[in-house]
Amino acid sequence: MNLHADLIVLLPELVLAIGAMVLLLGGVVGGDRATGLVSWLAILLLAAAGTIVFLHPEPASAFKGAFVVDGFSRFTKLLVLTGSGLCILMAKEFFALDRTARFELPILMLLATLGMLLMVSASSFIALYMGLELQSLALYVLAAFNRDSLRSTEAGLKYFVLGALSSGMLLYGISLIYGFTGSTEFAVIATAATSGGNIGLIFGLVFLVAGLAFKVGAVPFHMWTPDVYEGSPTPVTAFFVTAAKVAAFALFIRAVVAPFPNLLHQWQQIIVAVSVLSSVLGAVAAIGQSNIKRLLAYSSIGHVGYALLGLAAGTPAGIQGMLFYLAYYLVTNLGMFACVAAMRRDGESVENISDLAGLSRTQPYFAFALAALTFSLAGLPPLAGFAGKFLVFGAAMQAHLVWPAVINIVASVVGAFYYLRLIKVMYFDEPARSFDHDVGHGTGAIMWGTGAISLFFFVVPGPLIAIAGQAAQTLFP
Amino acid sequence: MIHWPILSVITFLPLAGCVFIALTGGSEKAVARNARWVALITTLVEFVLAMIIWIRFDGTSSEFQFVEQLQWMGPGITYHMGVDGISMLFIVLTAGLMPFCILASWESVQTRVAEYMIAFLALEALMIGVFCALDLVLFYLFFEGGLIPMFLIIGVWGGKRRVYASFKFFLYTLLGSVLMLLAILAMYYAAGTTDIVTLLHFHFAPELQTWLWLAFFASFAVKMPMWPVHTWLPDAHVEAPTAGSVILAGILLKMGGYGFLRFSLPMFASASEMFAPLVFALSVVAIIYTSLVALAQEDIKKLIAYSSVAHMGFVTMGLFTLTHQGVEGGIFQMLSHGVVSGALFLCVGVIYDRMHTREIAAYGGLVNRMPIYAACFMVFTLANVGLPGTSGFVGEFLTMLGAFAVNTWVAIFATTGIILSAAYALYVYRRVVFGELVKPALATIKDLSPREIAILAPLVVITILMGVYPKPVFDVTSASVANLITQNKAALAIDRAPKLARGDVK
Repeated sequence: MNLHADLIVLLPELVLAIGAMVLLLGGVVGGDRATGLVSWLAILLLAAAGTIVFLHPEPASAFKGAFVVDGFSRFTKLLVLTGSGLCILMAKEFFALDRTARFELPILMLLATLGMLLMVSASSFIALYMGLELQSLALYVLAAFNRDSLRSTEAGLKYFVLGALSSGMLLYGISLIYGFTGSTEFAVIATAATSGGNIGLIFGLVFLVAGLAFKVGAVPFHMWTPDVYEGSPTPVTAFFVTAAKVAAFALFIRAVVAPFPNLLHQWQQIIVAVSVLSSVLGAVAAIGQSNIKRLLAYSSIGHVGYALLGLAAGTPAGIQGMLFYLAYYLVTNLGMFACVAAMRRDGESVENISDLAGLSRTQPYFAFALAALTFSLAGLPPLAGFAGKFLVFGAAMQAHLVWPAVINIVASVVGAFYYLRLIKVMYFDEPARSFDHDVGHGTGAIMWGTGAISLFFFVVPGPLIAIAGQAAQTLFP
Repeated sequence: MIHWPILSVITFLPLAGCVFIALTGGSEKAVARNARWVALITTLVEFVLAMIIWIRFDGTSSEFQFVEQLQWMGPGITYHMGVDGISMLFIVLTAGLMPFCILASWESVQTRVAEYMIAFLALEALMIGVFCALDLVLFYLFFEGGLIPMFLIIGVWGGKRRVYASFKFFLYTLLGSVLMLLAILAMYYAAGTTDIVTLLHFHFAPELQTWLWLAFFASFAVKMPMWPVHTWLPDAHVEAPTAGSVILAGILLKMGGYGFLRFSLPMFASASEMFAPLVFALSVVAIIYTSLVALAQEDIKKLIAYSSVAHMGFVTMGLFTLTHQGVEGGIFQMLSHGVVSGALFLCVGVIYDRMHTREIAAYGGLVNRMPIYAACFMVFTLANVGLPGTSGFVGEFLTMLGAFAVNTWVAIFATTGIILSAAYALYVYRRVVFGELVKPALATIKDLSPREIAILAPLVVITILMGVYPKPVFDVTSASVANLITQNKAALAIDRAPKLARGDVK
């Protein structure tokens, strides 16, 4: 009830908010030369916030239940903070090599991360929307961060226009839901929305899901992803694909599971359709791509499809699978984009798949790490991706979503084709010129670390799966 | 019993070899030499371990032996290893063929030797894992994981159309196995565990069994391969390097048959009975059709590949008769085919290394300059035909005996396959080995080197030994096969009981 107790619950977010503002002041004084220092301090802030999140007792709630801290929020917040921290590290080195380092970048990433933390914990539609907009506004700027590049500015503009459209749909859905249930609080809506008889509420739900599908980049609301992912600077794309996607998914999960447990059959149909369409389109459309970032964009559409299958199940097992999937997806994509960031010749970034030709001979260890990550994304055992697929598809089978599971898994075989093409280019083709060896220690470490995690995850898979299970359980009181 | 985890050691030891090779540096030549020796020593140690397992194995028991179990992925999914009479000999086969593969690649592989050996050792680890796993998820992990090194072996060290062949191999097999993955998940939620030992005693509802059987069939039929999903095999064989072909024919194809034995027959008894006519039909088509196709081949490797499909037809036919002879014959045929087809590919490798062509027409009259080679090649050709006294005869005879007991027509059609196999095998042997040596390119061809003799001679001995004294094999398999058949019959009885009861009410 009292403000003091509420603020304690909000401590990680406060740390980030105040820290970001202080860093902004410091940055203005120090100028672009201080970028390195600002980046490190930003990472430090994220680590501090992560520690608080980790130690914070749960469950707790603030502002009359609009903001909750539970196992689910803890799990996803830690993922988001890890992703953000590593992306800032990658960005610091990437822009230093490009000689376009600016101190605003880590601060914008911090602010976006703050928005993400709020999204993850939001337990009412108003809090949710505030978090989402704080994150989105920062992301629009980040997409256009390379302001001298036509592609980057185009990406920023596209992201902004389409993002605004999706926010509009989301708000329209929220307003309908508010109109038909009389509240924006998830808990109140859950008791008010008891059966599928109310057509207005269903309309609201449809708009809500459409807006959320837009944010995660699911078909048929995926059109922005390839352009934005391709146009944005690589570390920013990594940020979109990892931290932002995890946060958007967490929001998606909570916003349909918490307020609408009784309308499962209504939203399940939509999500099954979105899931199947995403995985099929992601698999097929990626085949023709020649730019690796564009390829990864389509690959991410496909992965959204697989992950949503867990949500479609609507069971604790499904959410568990999905949370695990997000963790694996975050780690693997951090590695993938670290590899893309390391693709430089004579100081210039190169992004074509053909530039990887014969990498296994010129830089065998680089190729090996990238191959491990690629196979992991393809979901092949014994790599980490397999466990993700296993849990998500398992939950779908348990929920008797057999046909969606079959279509999705067949799509994953089609998808394996383009992942194999990456391997083929690296291992079977004649070598092209080797990449620059100096890519920054942090980027190299991310490549190695994520590659090793993908490869050796199967030695002890149990604990992480169990933690994801506990986190998922908190959504089902 | 042995108190150290021998199955884990034999499974993961090759990975230690991989690490060792990856860590050694130095000049390219030193690395290559080092990689070859490390790989050879590792595979020999593996073979010794496999022999220890065979010696310590108790053939009178149908229980799983050398069992290990640890916590792994969560409730019901454990790290569970163990072997019984059905799986144990496949481990021996795998460990036995690997040293030959390494030796066969000693000189013929000169590029990226370290990576080549790493791929082979990783493949060995995964293949042995397949036969040791007593948990479905663990099994699947090894089963599908094996695709990755094989894909690289075909794609990196293969022939002209290697990219096409490797993609086809990978995607075909993957499509089959993902359907099996869904079936595994369905079983997990039906039974609450993926532990194979538990599932062997679990009874799935007959309607569910049908779907599960079909999903497993999709995977194993592609792997086996059965007609009409065999088309990846000739491409993969032709493009793979010699040792890759040996492993492909010798071990990877056997995983399909092993899968039928381990899962389809005991766990889905009713479905197996229901689909047995389908399997018989496909087997007979495979035996006759692919034998005819083999007759028309101009490429030696392709010919052996098609003959493999035909021989695997005998295996599936034998297994689904569910008679003691049929099943034992199927297992024996798999082991024999592993040795014989592997040896045949090694024989092709010998002349390919010299002439760099696999065209049958490019050879002729080799016996004049290569008498030892001609003798070895003849033994394997005759074993492939199934001549009494060679290992090929025992398996084919037993499978046909089993088939005869169940369905005479199947047996009759299968017999014609033996005649056809004699036709294509002897025809190719005559064209390659006999006749005048007229081709100028062959005038200076050399007979087997000591290394090649060291490879082929033991295989000749094994082929003949298995043909005249098959008892050691049956000593191992007999109890487990008997147990499998009893289990299958018991499960069938449960499914039939309610139907009869319903009939009584009417």
